[in-house]
Amino acid sequence: MAFTPPKETHAGKVYAVTIGSGEGAVTFGGENVLPFNTFEGASPHRPVIAYEIQDVLPSDWPENVQKPYEGVSGDPATWARFCQNTLKAKAIALRLVGTHPDRENRSPEDAAKTVRDVLAALNVPLIILGSNHVEKDAPVLIAAAEAAKDRNCIIGKAQEGNYKTITAAAMANNHKLIAMSELDINLSKQLNILITQMGFDKERLITDPMCSALGYGLEYTYSVMERIRLAALAQNDLTMQPPMLGDVGMYVWKIKETQAPESELPQWGSTEERGIAWEATTATALLVAGAELLIMRHPMAVEAVEKVIEELV
Amino acid sequence: MALTGVEIFKLLPKTNCKKCGHPTCLAFAMKLAQRQASLDSCPDVSEDARRILGEASAPPVRPISLGVGDKAVKMGEETVLFRHDKKFVNPCAFALEIKDTLSEADITKKIEDVVNSEIDRVGQKLKIDAIALTNESGDAGKLETAAKLISSKAPQVPVIICTTNLQAAEAAVKPFDDRRPLIYGANADNAEAMANVAKTFKATLGVSAKGLDELSTLTEKIKSFDVEDMVIDSSARRAKEILEDNTLIRRAAIRKNFKPLGYPVITFAQREDSLHEALIATIGVAKYSSIIILSSIEKWKNLALFTLRQNLYTDPQVPMQVEQKIYKIGEATPEAPLLITTNFSLTYFIVSGEIENSKVPCRLAVMDCEGLSVLTAWAAGKFTASKIAQFIKESGIENEVKHRDLVIPGYVAILSGSVEEKLEGWKVTVGPREANGLPAFLRARAT
Repeated sequence: MAFTPPKETHAGKVYAVTIGSGEGAVTFGGENVLPFNTFEGASPHRPVIAYEIQDVLPSDWPENVQKPYEGVSGDPATWARFCQNTLKAKAIALRLVGTHPDRENRSPEDAAKTVRDVLAALNVPLIILGSNHVEKDAPVLIAAAEAAKDRNCIIGKAQEGNYKTITAAAMANNHKLIAMSELDINLSKQLNILITQMGFDKERLITDPMCSALGYGLEYTYSVMERIRLAALAQNDLTMQPPMLGDVGMYVWKIKETQAPESELPQWGSTEERGIAWEATTATALLVAGAELLIMRHPMAVEAVEKVIEELV
Repeated sequence: MALTGVEIFKLLPKTNCKKCGHPTCLAFAMKLAQRQASLDSCPDVSEDARRILGEASAPPVRPISLGVGDKAVKMGEETVLFRHDKKFVNPCAFALEIKDTLSEADITKKIEDVVNSEIDRVGQKLKIDAIALTNESGDAGKLETAAKLISSKAPQVPVIICTTNLQAAEAAVKPFDDRRPLIYGANADNAEAMANVAKTFKATLGVSAKGLDELSTLTEKIKSFDVEDMVIDSSARRAKEILEDNTLIRRAAIRKNFKPLGYPVITFAQREDSLHEALIATIGVAKYSSIIILSSIEKWKNLALFTLRQNLYTDPQVPMQVEQKIYKIGEATPEAPLLITTNFSLTYFIVSGEIENSKVPCRLAVMDCEGLSVLTAWAAGKFTASKIAQFIKESGIENEVKHRDLVIPGYVAILSGSVEEKLEGWKVTVGPREANGLPAFLRARAT
């Protein structure tokens, strides 16, 4: 029996988002097909992986993922430059975790200075993230967005409880914006609508449906991403067409599987390889589900995911 | 694609004779469409209708069993493209490649690795499911020797014999007669002869062709030799091709009911770089492979792949649950804090993860609330003061801890008074609403 490939074309298309400027600028999104289904449509841009750095020493990271940054992670600008020049990062994600009230409780002014220092060191685009403290993130991200004015960064994350101030800050300073809601396609849609109703251009948004690590709810993120992407393409739902973020590193490097020593759990094998595999597997699964932008930590996990992207495009 | 009730009705005698036990032919057709009745109940149905209905009611991806007994692997029977529509049915099997060029000692070591690969995760036993013996040597005798070794060392493990050489296939499959092996070796050149070997040994036949068009032709041809238990390989090896072919195969089978591709897919993921191999396998797990062949099975890699498979093959409609009990996190002394939460697996994972992050050893009482999260369980009347009190009393925890202080989730602060009333001698402390508040909360209490 002759086989006719059941190809599908879609009315909808994911917005292409460009961040940064000049030679370092990168673009992701823009496809009108499900992830990597280039046999039936266009997928003009590769997914982008940003290296995660932070404004304070990564003493809260497991040792195996601190190690690659030994000697550079004491200063955010040095760390950023190391990722760009030595690791050939295509983008950097600066998490201002030190501003969290339960952490160093650094001020918005401190955060703004860190942002300026990091930007001065970089040619590649910068993603600026708060500490995920809904109240504190508002003033911190206002100061950070101003400090990065017109550098075409991504600011995040705007959530239901603080999106107004953060959206206004991104808008006033010409940045892109991450909208995050918790593992629910309807909440995600609603937040995107609320943000665009403030006059924020939907083509400058990035949807974060919330990441989960392999073994810790990955299937929820996976399915929400698949549903969002199908809504964008098959149903041509304009509010679901921004590209998606997988904030992988932060979720992966706090769970037991990336830290427990082999001596305690011999059946789990080498701790270091296990941690790297955990981050790379989580990231790859989310790419297949629809993420176009990933934030990751371990250089060897990033390298492995880049290699698999190379094979997928 | 299954037929609708009305489509089935058109094929029935329309006599409303009631012999099937249903008042009308239409009512019977509706039951057939829902698979709540069998066509055999109708004595008057025509042979033609029986054939059409029989074909239409066959699952779009043919069910195949590999191996026999406890360790048999079921494949196929998938009904959807996306797991949010309905549960993926049969988790893909992982098989370790063993080359017949290896020494006896090396083969034995690999067999042992497979046999000892089992890991327990959230109450499920996960393992490398099968061995794929490949005819790297090209020599029939070598393949046979290795097959005998596998058969004697791991008689229960399902086996895939990979060779296109007829003589080698026959010799190697013999030790697995009656154990439902898979012979991966049929192609356009040897189809009829391989089909005969598969028939003789009651083996499933792995069928390989270049691309989906040739593959469709070949499975039809093999079916004409009376072999219907097949797994298929389109020769896709690069990640992009695997994703493309697997997607088109699944779509053709499910959306178009295209029978020539309605078989489980076998994917060869072997790579030099073990981590890269794990990621190619990740794509196979997510996108429709039924068997994935690996070249190595390090423990770290197994754990990641087993977990991924478990995650993606869970039922999206049924929450994953953890066992009701009191879990120790860290070196919890009798003085360590006692917290309570529900048994939704995600809740448990997030709460226990945050407790670990706090570095404060604790006991976490996980109460069976049918897999609901805290607020939902409370709203559904499953996480109530009396049930909490009963659980704490019956758990025997009073003999294990020296204090009488229970930390409840901030979202159910409203329960604190009534729990204290029902749980005599205990004090209730209201914890944070979100798990990410636990490290600060626990550290503050510890000082």
